Amino acid sequence: MREKLIFEHSVPGRSAAAQYPVESAMAPLPEALRRRTPPRLPEVSELQAVRHFTRLSQLNFSIDTHFYPLGSCTMKYNPRACNQYAMLPEFLGRHPLAPDATGQGILQCLYELQEMLKEVTGMQGVSLTPMAGAQGEFAGVAMIRAYHKARNDHARTEIIVPDAAHGTNPATATMCGCTVKEIPSLPNGDIDLDALRGVVGPGTAGIMLTNPSTLGVFERRIGEVAAIVHDAGGLLYYDGANLNAILGKVRPGDMDFDVIHMNLHKTFSTPHGGGGPGSGAVGVSERLLPFMPVPIVGREGDSFRWLDEHDLPQSIGRLSAFMGNTGVLLRAYIYMRMLGREGMQRVSEFATLNANYLMARLRDAGFELAYPDRRAGHEFIVTLRHEAREYGTNAMDFAKRLLDYGFHAPTTYFPLLVPECLLIEPTETESKQELDAFVEAMIAIREEAQTDPAKLKGAPHTLPVRRLDDVRAAKQLDLAWKPA
Amino acid sequence: MPFIPHTDDDIRDMLAAIGAGGMDALFDEIPAELRSRPLVGIPTAASEMQIGRLMAERAARDGRQLNFIGAGAYDHHVPAAVWAIVTRGEFYSAYTPYQAEASQGTLQLLYEYQSMMTSLTGMEASNASLYDGATALAEACLMAVRANRRSKSARILLPVASNPRYRETVQAVAGNQSLAFELLPYDASGGQTRVASLEKYRGQDITALVIQQPNFFGTLEDVDALTDRAHEAGMLVIAVVNPVSLALLKPPGEWGARGVDIVCGEGQPLGVPLASGGPYFGFMTTRMEHVRQMPGRIVGRTVDLDGKPGFTLTLQAREQHIRRSKATSNICTNQGLLVTAATIYMSLLGPRGLVQVASACMERSAQLVDALTRVKGVRLAFDRPRFHEALLLLDRPVRGVLEALAARGIVGGCDVSEDYPSLGNGLLVCATETRTAEDVEAYARALADIMNSAAAA
Repeated sequence: MREKLIFEHSVPGRSAAAQYPVESAMAPLPEALRRRTPPRLPEVSELQAVRHFTRLSQLNFSIDTHFYPLGSCTMKYNPRACNQYAMLPEFLGRHPLAPDATGQGILQCLYELQEMLKEVTGMQGVSLTPMAGAQGEFAGVAMIRAYHKARNDHARTEIIVPDAAHGTNPATATMCGCTVKEIPSLPNGDIDLDALRGVVGPGTAGIMLTNPSTLGVFERRIGEVAAIVHDAGGLLYYDGANLNAILGKVRPGDMDFDVIHMNLHKTFSTPHGGGGPGSGAVGVSERLLPFMPVPIVGREGDSFRWLDEHDLPQSIGRLSAFMGNTGVLLRAYIYMRMLGREGMQRVSEFATLNANYLMARLRDAGFELAYPDRRAGHEFIVTLRHEAREYGTNAMDFAKRLLDYGFHAPTTYFPLLVPECLLIEPTETESKQELDAFVEAMIAIREEAQTDPAKLKGAPHTLPVRRLDDVRAAKQLDLAWKPA
Repeated sequence: MPFIPHTDDDIRDMLAAIGAGGMDALFDEIPAELRSRPLVGIPTAASEMQIGRLMAERAARDGRQLNFIGAGAYDHHVPAAVWAIVTRGEFYSAYTPYQAEASQGTLQLLYEYQSMMTSLTGMEASNASLYDGATALAEACLMAVRANRRSKSARILLPVASNPRYRETVQAVAGNQSLAFELLPYDASGGQTRVASLEKYRGQDITALVIQQPNFFGTLEDVDALTDRAHEAGMLVIAVVNPVSLALLKPPGEWGARGVDIVCGEGQPLGVPLASGGPYFGFMTTRMEHVRQMPGRIVGRTVDLDGKPGFTLTLQAREQHIRRSKATSNICTNQGLLVTAATIYMSLLGPRGLVQVASACMERSAQLVDALTRVKGVRLAFDRPRFHEALLLLDRPVRGVLEALAARGIVGGCDVSEDYPSLGNGLLVCATETRTAEDVEAYARALADIMNSAAAA
């Protein structure tokens, strides 16, 4: 099943004419500034375009069509109501620079979202503007730097990152002009506190931590970590990638974190959209309040307005031309209101129940767990090193064969510490029956690995394409269609 | 339980399989002193019906205004088919196409998008999007520092006539990496960046020049001369463009003798609603020689085991999940769903439709300027060729006038007097193809009323 490129459907002279505005006079432009040849855009009818893109959509796996246990991505159900009510025409038609008086309804939603996120994280202030987790991280580290600079403590430019961290953590530190100090994890998944004590000092700007970590386990000695870093004069950054695991159970603010980013597209169920938009709202402790990125919604009596650089002169500044991913924020707001106070806790309880259940079943079926003695958070790691050694079938082969069984693959080869690993995150919105079916598929695939490993090596067999040649893709770059 | 499918039997069986005494036992590794109190600051749950009603009330409170602001976000017609397809679950609820075989829909669409954007901008390679136009410019500046190997200074020239919000964002995002931004003045009579102002930098090490076309005032820059002068001085050239304008305007790949090096901008005009500020998307294209310095996801066409064509993420060695602290950027998630909208939009409009949209914008904008400058106390700041935006100067503070207009349901433009105090009472106005002759007339009447009444003076 292959769908032609839209350009291959194109026929000169054809058009979706209902979309054209009324004919207007040719614009009076100086000759030197004019375009001479038209851009190569397709010429298709409206039906052809609709059919083409509908067919393309059908080539995708998605949450709406498949179990999608992609570790560290929190692929939970995205309620349709969140989309419908965020796309009311009044919200969609409003220009971001229209006077605040014409946007009191939307500003109230955003203000209340800020307040709810403060409550659920235990932080003292929230800025909604970062447009993805990585930009939230950027805002967080930039605030840490601004804090030290404001105290004339210019030597603090080192960011400590555990070796299990997401790649965005060290990349963010670099973008903020910091250097990275990596510290190892212990065999049980906890941070090596001695190593931490060894690296902190007068150059320490802060530490970036995920808790539960990317190893899927809760850092039990978080209190000691916080004390070591704070005593050395550094600040603590909480990477909220795994907030789904502790929502309503523990608050980063109560763990003594100074700054946190939240992936609203994970924990608060806004859509992942085939790779965005995300939203990386940041929360801060008292001492970082003056440095938050702008704009922020402020309240005066019953009215709401944007606060900008005039209100927060020490702000790290503006991270987007307007107001971040506003429509994503509305979806998160609607989701949080539908869950309510009692629903927040249920998220982490059932996400953790599902993860621990799936982990127990896979263990009982003979799969090796990376951290068998630990309780799983909302995700856990299976290592397929035995299967790789005995049958010659690696984690990627299992991942690709799972696609044939109708399951999106878990995250593979991350975290980097565990060989041949699958990072599995079922989320709270999957049923026991779905999890059971996944276990059955894993068992069946292992049997195939024993009897017919080529079946895994050649997988997938039932999808629109078979395994793709990534090496060729990178060597013989073909990044744009050109007419033959 | 909203969105949670478990029955009592499921819970019992699952806890038994785990060997846990109850739900609380699942959290027994969390120190007791850290456990949260109840979240009293969060309201109790609302049903879908209740939240639907609440959102409808909030939306009604905001109402629908007649909009004449542009300033980086533009009010275009979005064909009904665009968001009907974008919100299909297969696009809406998928993630970054790491498993290429299970994501061919998203990947092929991104390849088609990259093809359209390279052709529209006259370049050779496109990424699959950045967050928005302002951050795209910040990333372009960082990329220029990597790509211009002969330059060691990391000094970037930014025109004062470029979007002030972009300049603020660039400073916030790239300022921490020792980039230095220096401002280039504009000609006070024409509103164009002064080509002669580049003379000052002759013999100095400058990494790149940024050119925004049309510039923030809506005025068209002398892009050929600016590009050539910059190249002669060893700078790279970064173009910031409005994609709809490129239906009519010379693509940056053809500016000057050699064309620019990096193109970026705000993708919102291509099928994305104003939506109070986002989500939008940033686009970026470049020449093949710089593709390895480009940040963000890139899709390539390749073949599968059977030799059949297929699509996959490529050049991932640039990215944070591989290179970590040495990556080209920390960007990970981008704005895929908005790119989906833009690709469908460009397919529906086609080359001729986009020309008609751009022409209609110019015609309507010219009518708007004509009608508004007939009002006493209003004049045009710069009478040079424009696209669909113009800077007006009022004989009194803009803010009061805009408030009076808003009270009549008209969002009359962007007050730029704070960003450009030397110009006086600057009001940036825009009309796109969605404004009718009647809309323009209604604005002009209301403005005349307000300007003639003492109250607003």
